Amino acid sequence: MSTGLLSYLARLVAITRWIPQVQDPQLAWLFGGVLGILVLASVIGAVLAETTKSDAARATINNLNARTRAWWKMCAIFALTLLIGRIGSLVLFGLLSLLALREYVTLVPTRRGDHRTLAWIFFVITPLQYYLIGIRWYGFFAVMIPAVAFLFIPTRMAMSGDTEHFLERAAKLQFGIMICSYCLSHAPALLILSIPGFEGHDARLLLYLVLVDQMSDVLQYVWGKLTGKHKIAPLVSPNKTWEGFVGGVLTATALGTALWWATPFTRLQSAGMSLVIALLGFAGGLVMSAIKRDVGVKDFGAIIEGHGGILDRMDSLCFAAPIFFHLVRYFFVP
Amino acid sequence: MSAAIHPLASVIAAVGRSISGVQVRWAGCCPEEKQRIYFANHTSHLDFVVLWSALPGEVRARTRPVAAEDYWERGVKAYLAKSVFRAVLIQRRGSAQAENKEEARAAARTVIDQLAEAMGEAESLILFPEGTRGTGETIAPFRSGLYYLAKKKPEVELVPAYLENLNRILPKGEVLPVPLISMLTFGKPLHIGESEEKRDFLERARAAVSALRGKGES
Repeated sequence: MSTGLLSYLARLVAITRWIPQVQDPQLAWLFGGVLGILVLASVIGAVLAETTKSDAARATINNLNARTRAWWKMCAIFALTLLIGRIGSLVLFGLLSLLALREYVTLVPTRRGDHRTLAWIFFVITPLQYYLIGIRWYGFFAVMIPAVAFLFIPTRMAMSGDTEHFLERAAKLQFGIMICSYCLSHAPALLILSIPGFEGHDARLLLYLVLVDQMSDVLQYVWGKLTGKHKIAPLVSPNKTWEGFVGGVLTATALGTALWWATPFTRLQSAGMSLVIALLGFAGGLVMSAIKRDVGVKDFGAIIEGHGGILDRMDSLCFAAPIFFHLVRYFFVP
Repeated sequence: MSAAIHPLASVIAAVGRSISGVQVRWAGCCPEEKQRIYFANHTSHLDFVVLWSALPGEVRARTRPVAAEDYWERGVKAYLAKSVFRAVLIQRRGSAQAENKEEARAAARTVIDQLAEAMGEAESLILFPEGTRGTGETIAPFRSGLYYLAKKKPEVELVPAYLENLNRILPKGEVLPVPLISMLTFGKPLHIGESEEKRDFLERARAAVSALRGKGES
C-alpha cells in the first residue's frame, strides 16, 4: 500500500518535471513567498477573531477573514494556470475578462437594440483578443480593440436602428470593452514578450505584476484600516485615505523592489516599475469606484466572498497591466 | 407520483443558470416541498428554465411549467416541452376564439380542469399569467387563468416571483443569449380571498410580482 503510494508520488513528481515552470527555482521562491503571506494572514486573522470583542470590530475581522479565505482560492487558481503555461493563463484571463464584462454590462443600461452588438463583444471580440496573444500576433493584438472594434461597435449598433441615447450607449460599451478586455489582456500578454536573457521565465513577470498590484491593494487597505484619517476623495470612495494610499504605495514599492531578483530589472528599475504598478492600481480603484457611485451600487458583483465581484478585485490590474506591459516592452524588448 | 427529472432537463438548467448568472433571493418564503403555484413576469424563453433551476432538486422534480400549446406543439419544441420538462400544454387562445360567451367559458373551464388535474395532490406549477413575453419595462395585465385556478385550488400557496434582466439576456426574437447577470426574487405567498372579485385578485397578484422589482439587489 505505502510502497504503491510512494511510487505513485514519484511518478507524479517525474511528470511535473516536464512542466518547465516547475524547474524554475525563482518562480518556486515567489510561490513560496505567496504561501507564506497567506499563512501569515490566516494566523493573524485567527488571532484577531479570538481577541476582538466589540461588534463593529468583529464585522471588520469577519470580512477580513472572508477575504483571506477567498485569497487562498484565488492564489491556488492563479498558480495552477501559471504552471499550465501560456494557454492556462490565457484561458484564465479570458474568463476573467468575460466575467468582468458581464458585471459591467449588467450595471450599465443597454437597450434591446444592443443585443447583437453585445453578442459580438462577448463571443467574438473578447475571445479573439486572447487568441491573438495565443498566436503571438502583437501588431493586431495592439490595435484590434482600439481601432477595429472601436469602429465596428457603433456601426453594428447603428444597423440595429435604435438611435435613443446612441452616443451614450456606444461610449459605455466602448469603455467596458477597453477596460475589461483590452486593458486586462495585457497581463497575460507579458508571456509573449521576448526579453533577451529572460527567455522561458515570462511567468515570473506576470506573477510579479499581479503580486505587486494585488499586494498594493491589500496594503492600502491595511494601512487605511490601521492609520487612515484624511480622506482622499470622500465623494468617490470613503475608504480611500491619504495614510492608506501613501503607506500602501510605499510598502508595495518596497516589496516590488525586494523582488528584483525574479525579474529582468535592476533594483532601481524594479522600484520604478512597482511604484508605477501601485500608483496605477490606485487610479484603477478610484475610477471604478466613481463608476460604481455613478450607477449607484457598492460592488460590481458578489462572486468572491468578502471582495465583491471580479471587477472589484481586478480594477487595479486593469489599469496597471497595459502600462506595465508597454514599459517592459519599450525598455527591455529590443 | 412525480417522474424523475429528465437528464437533459438538468443539463439545460445548469447551462441556463450559468448563462443567466442568476442570483436567487427568497424574500417572502423558503423553498419547500409543498404544493405551490409559482407565477412570474415573462420576458424571455429563459424565464422558466431559470426559475425552475432555482428550486432545490426535490422540489424541481415535482414542479411543471405551464406553456402555450400553439407555440410548443411541434418538433424539437414539443420534445423539450413534453418529454424533457413535462410541461402542461394549454390552449391560450381558446376562449378568445370562441363564438359566444358560453363557449368561451367552456374553453376556459377545460383549461383550468386540465391544470388542476395535472397538479393532482403533489405537483406544483410554474405559470406566467401575462400569457406572452413582454419587453421587461412593464408587466402586462394578468389573464384570468390564475384566478380560476386559485378558486379551484384555494389551499395551494401562490408564490409571486420577479425575474430581472432576462429580457436583456435573451429577449424575444433572439436566439443567442448574452451572459449578463440576472436576479430572481421569490415573494410572500398569497391566497385568494373568499369573496374576492376576479379583477381585484388579478391586480393584487400582479402588484405582488411588481413589488419585488429591484429587491434583487441588496
